[in-house]
Amino acid sequence: MSAAPWKAKVDDIITQQGRVKEVLLPCLGAIQEVSGYIPQPAISYLQECLDVPSVDIYGVITFYGMLTTKQQGKYVIRLCNSLPCHLNKSENILRVVERKLGIKAGETSPDGKFTLETVACLGLCDKAPAMMINDKSYGNLTEATTQEILAELNG
Amino acid sequence: MDEASEKRISLIINRQRVGAGEGMTILEAAQAAGIYIPTLCADPDLKPYGACHMCVVEVEGRGALLTACTTPVAEGMVVHTETAAVNRLRRAILELLIADCPADILAPSEPPTELQKVAHYLGVTKTHLRKATQVLPIDTSNPFFEFDRNKCILCARCVRACDELIGIRAIELAYRGQYTRVATFGDGLLMDSTCQSCGECVTHCPTGALSHKNVELPEREVATICPYCGVGCGVYLGIRNERVVSVRGDRNNPSSRGQLCVKGRYGIDEFIHHPERLTTPLIRRKGQLSQATWDEALDLVATRLASYHQDEIGIISSAKCTNEDNYVVQKFARVALGTNNIDCCARLCHAPTVAGLTQSLGSGAMTNSIGEIANARCILAIGTNTTSNHPVISFKIKQAVNQGAKLIVANPRRIHLCHYADLYLRLKPGTDVALLMGMMRVIVNQGWLDTAFIEEHTENFAAFRRSLASFDLDTVEKITGVAGEKIAEAARIYATHKPSTILYAMGITQHSHGTDNVMAIANLAMVTGNIGKPSTGINPLRGQNNVQGAGDVGVMPDAYPGYQSVTDPEVRQKFEAAWGTPLPAKPGLTLIDMFIAGRQQKLKAMYLVGENPALSEPNLKCARGVLSNLDFLVVQDIFLSETARLADVVLPAASFAEQDGTFTNTERRVQRVRQAIAPIGDSRPDWWITCQLGQRMGKHGFDFECPAQIMDEITQLVPIYGGISYQRLEGGSLQWPCPTPEHPGTPILHTPQFIRGKGRFTPLEYKPPAELPDSNYPLILTTGRSLYQWHTGTVSRKVAGLNIFRQEALVDIHPDDAQTLGIGDGEMVRIISRRGEVVARTNVNDASPVGTVFMTFHYAESPTNILTNPAFDPVSRIPEFKVCAVRIERK
Repeated sequence: MSAAPWKAKVDDIITQQGRVKEVLLPCLGAIQEVSGYIPQPAISYLQECLDVPSVDIYGVITFYGMLTTKQQGKYVIRLCNSLPCHLNKSENILRVVERKLGIKAGETSPDGKFTLETVACLGLCDKAPAMMINDKSYGNLTEATTQEILAELNG
Repeated sequence: MDEASEKRISLIINRQRVGAGEGMTILEAAQAAGIYIPTLCADPDLKPYGACHMCVVEVEGRGALLTACTTPVAEGMVVHTETAAVNRLRRAILELLIADCPADILAPSEPPTELQKVAHYLGVTKTHLRKATQVLPIDTSNPFFEFDRNKCILCARCVRACDELIGIRAIELAYRGQYTRVATFGDGLLMDSTCQSCGECVTHCPTGALSHKNVELPEREVATICPYCGVGCGVYLGIRNERVVSVRGDRNNPSSRGQLCVKGRYGIDEFIHHPERLTTPLIRRKGQLSQATWDEALDLVATRLASYHQDEIGIISSAKCTNEDNYVVQKFARVALGTNNIDCCARLCHAPTVAGLTQSLGSGAMTNSIGEIANARCILAIGTNTTSNHPVISFKIKQAVNQGAKLIVANPRRIHLCHYADLYLRLKPGTDVALLMGMMRVIVNQGWLDTAFIEEHTENFAAFRRSLASFDLDTVEKITGVAGEKIAEAARIYATHKPSTILYAMGITQHSHGTDNVMAIANLAMVTGNIGKPSTGINPLRGQNNVQGAGDVGVMPDAYPGYQSVTDPEVRQKFEAAWGTPLPAKPGLTLIDMFIAGRQQKLKAMYLVGENPALSEPNLKCARGVLSNLDFLVVQDIFLSETARLADVVLPAASFAEQDGTFTNTERRVQRVRQAIAPIGDSRPDWWITCQLGQRMGKHGFDFECPAQIMDEITQLVPIYGGISYQRLEGGSLQWPCPTPEHPGTPILHTPQFIRGKGRFTPLEYKPPAELPDSNYPLILTTGRSLYQWHTGTVSRKVAGLNIFRQEALVDIHPDDAQTLGIGDGEMVRIISRRGEVVARTNVNDASPVGTVFMTFHYAESPTNILTNPAFDPVSRIPEFKVCAVRIERK
């Protein structure tokens, strides 16, 4: 059985920074990056290596919008719903995306292409309402620009 | 800490000068001075958290308002807890906290929640904020409590209690912002999580989000002791209309400090009032047990027992009964029946402890106290599945680990405690002597031994040292299956992290060389000087609630009360004088030997008190044959146990809640058991029943009117109980030895010197288990217990909620073994040994090592002891429950 790709990354981080609780977040980030989500065996492995209870790891994963325990689509759309974006009508943008992709927040499209999530603050308040698609950020969204962005990805 | 030596700080709270210790918070200082500050997330059992901000106060010279629960006091500090600004803010905070809660969260309830009390104090009756639309489903999956997250204010007291106090960590705050909630791993149901249903979280919840399902408020409460295990947790039984309706932990109990496990909190009231309780005496007539009066039953038993020769009768008393009950039963055996054939289930659990530790140290009991475990720097837990069998002690172990203690777990099975261990030694079943001797050889070779202690306090070290020669790490690795470097590491940790304490249980004792195992442990503690000091010692965790006490008051075939030998003429004379009758000079039969004598038809009658050998004996088929073939069998119990069904006469006993008395817990602590309700039906306390038998046989010394009188007689004859009285016990429990009325009791044994004078080292050799796997029986069967059941299930299986967790016998089998045998998970299989076979469902997991399967002995439908091997430890006569050879076949 070949080792999962995330394992080498985690081992690297632990070798460099030590077997301490503080490396939990970098490890989770690395696993998310390599695997696209955080699989159950990875959580068990971290629990064992770092002596952190699995329920604590779950608490950290659910706290950060960038981390997820579910397999995600090719494009992960993270739409901010914090106060500044909310005041700038992010709910309208959410409705556009939901209609266009046919999925609700928290869901992945059946073809595995899109995952839609609402997240708390992307740090793009100056460009509210804002969203990220994978690593790219989009600000000052209007219904029209949102339609265009999605059309491009679908093209 | 010593109050006087603490630095005192003076501050002013609400214009009142208040003294406080350094490091105290403003909240603690205020509370100590009797000043109320409303709190929600603060909890005296938990670390300060500062989440709810309900306790904000003004401190002069500090700009912002500060949370009293996290701000340490400082000299000259001036605090105001009741200004207009403070109260305005508290009201606003409270309204915010309950904004998402159901509208009736503040509606008066009985008893009021902490949240309601705080709201009442602040004059808040409702929130003015718009309620969010989010409604979360209520988790009702647990049989004993439910979780309504809509009522949760995120104070995290449940999360912190589960982590800081219990160490289970089943729940944590998950998600973020308005979605934050208390979640299990994966946000599933509590029942599917690692939760062990102790209910500690419920007792800390200030809002009623976590609540007991069974809520009937008591009219009064009675302080007594939990009847399950040897920890001896203090409980308050809540009584209403002569029924036990509630159980809560007694925070002042020094053993448990208010904590309870699932059985103690939720497994008591249901069995006391179970419809199957025996309520009248039963006599077998024409083959059927039928109702009888007490006079009929007692006269029949007295007449029949009097008709046998003293060698033809065996008496087994109960480690579940009080000291007073047990004292009367052994006195009845010796005085009324003239026999020393008196024993109890200690024969099946810790007889090697009593034998081995008495030889090595002079006393066969736990040397230190439960509370000291939390301050140990190293804990060696060997042959104890503490989280299942002594849950509240396991909480202390985890607290010690949280404080940085090193935990070494040695166990063939990967038990729950391994999650917390720094080092896990997975030894092959029955190889403990080799492991421990291997560790000691490393300690001696590395010079980690305490030479001064050995010279001053011990003897026979040289001979012992020579016996280490055959335990080089290569040999030990071969015997135990544990890598040599791990053994050396265990030796290093144990020897160099003082104080080190050893905890052990039946993984050590239930072997055909159980006494050797115990003496190996004694050697290990002595070689490093880890004895006679706080947080060190040799700590056998006793199984039953009063198994320590049963031995203390003489339920032993070779000793009178107080471990005074029946073969010592001087001792015998003392008891003959006290009891006014000649006593037999030869030691009696052990429980095991009674069954052997029964098989040979030398033993013809038995009087069993609260004991269920029809499920607990090894090689059950044979034991059941003996019970069925006895000429006369009397069983005294609270339920019609498997054994009682075989009896000629059944005498209905009162439960622990229906009588006064004392239990002595595993740390030698004598604690008061108090009558909470009248005996159920026509049942009677055990001591009363046995006294009646004595009187009806025309014997003197059975005219006790109450348990206190019995204790008075015990204290006159048992030096270690000499200073104990019910009057003193009202003021708190006492740990024996307590020889005089002025003596404060003894938390730590063997100080300043060993009870036997010098501690004796014992040279040891490795002896393999009596029955090892072969081609016909290729697997080792080891037996144990589950957290959710108790022993033969007579009591715990009467509790519906406990049965939900474990309804049937399971056989734990390693995935590799399952694959070899072509057996799946959850499949019914036959487990076959040389002595018989049972059927059980498989539970495929890697808790058991390859080649070893595990079963509990709780279930009459799958009586595991049909399989076990009656190979006995030659010294203590304990059977080898922990190792026998079996094979498994598909059903």
